[in-house]
Amino acid sequence: MTQLGQHAIFILTAYAAALAVIAALIGWVAVDYSTQQRILGEFEQRGIRRRSAPRKKASRR
Amino acid sequence: MALIDLANPTRFLALANRALPWLAIATLIAFAVALPMAWAAPDDYQQGATVKIMFLHVPSAWLAMFGWAAMSVASLGTLVWRHPLADVAAKATAPIGAALTLLCLVTGSLWGRPMWGTYWVWDARLTSVLVFFIMYLGVIALYAIAEDPNRGARAAAILTLVGAINLPIIKFSVDWWNTLHQPASVVRMGGSAIDPSLLRPLLMMALAFLLLFVTLQVAAMRNEILRRRIRSLRISQARRV
Repeated sequence: MTQLGQHAIFILTAYAAALAVIAALIGWVAVDYSTQQRILGEFEQRGIRRRSAPRKKASRR
Repeated sequence: MALIDLANPTRFLALANRALPWLAIATLIAFAVALPMAWAAPDDYQQGATVKIMFLHVPSAWLAMFGWAAMSVASLGTLVWRHPLADVAAKATAPIGAALTLLCLVTGSLWGRPMWGTYWVWDARLTSVLVFFIMYLGVIALYAIAEDPNRGARAAAILTLVGAINLPIIKFSVDWWNTLHQPASVVRMGGSAIDPSLLRPLLMMALAFLLLFVTLQVAAMRNEILRRRIRSLRISQARRV
């Protein structure tokens, strides 16, 4: 703290703000991705898929 | 693979899924290198330790402008070629650019208080960046309120291209008008005016921010493509009912 001098509060607040903004962006992208994946999974479970979607190979047993 | 091949959403998704882990790792490494460099950088002879705020403020400002420039190119793709991936790119960029513009404003304010004695002045540079932030919010709002995504995309593309006029205004505002903000000291005629001991960490932080931007951009584009697939599934399902 002493290295940052009398303006330490401004420097630390700026870095905290950067951390908050970056964390918010990463969180937004990650939550959005899991939401879209979940909805697509629900469609898949109901047998609804895009016409151009690649078909899964039937499992051989 | 030719660059034009990436303009296919399915191919883009496949490439994004492969590239994102590597981009994330590269971003982490870049920040792991850049942050210690920034903290170990010497104090400025005039500004003291507050110069450390520059390592956040300047990269976020550069990338806020880079984001709008990228959106402008994508907007041309939307309006001229009506390419769906161009609209996906523009829409995905807007929130990232807005967040970086906000970070630029906040860090600039926190730097201004100890150096200028005030958090805010209505001078050309600060005001033009604030206008820039509001325009980013306008683009996000246009995408959000449009019932027809294609119509929303065209409206957002027009606003983006009109708003691109603000890019040279921001860049040259410190030269054209009397401002409290310092003139350009990195990207300027005659080379950088910053000492290498401060320039090196600044450029490293800029690289880290650029990698973060690209990673978030690719991830947000992937999300947007999936969202559009869900929308088309819902529409086709509604038609069957």
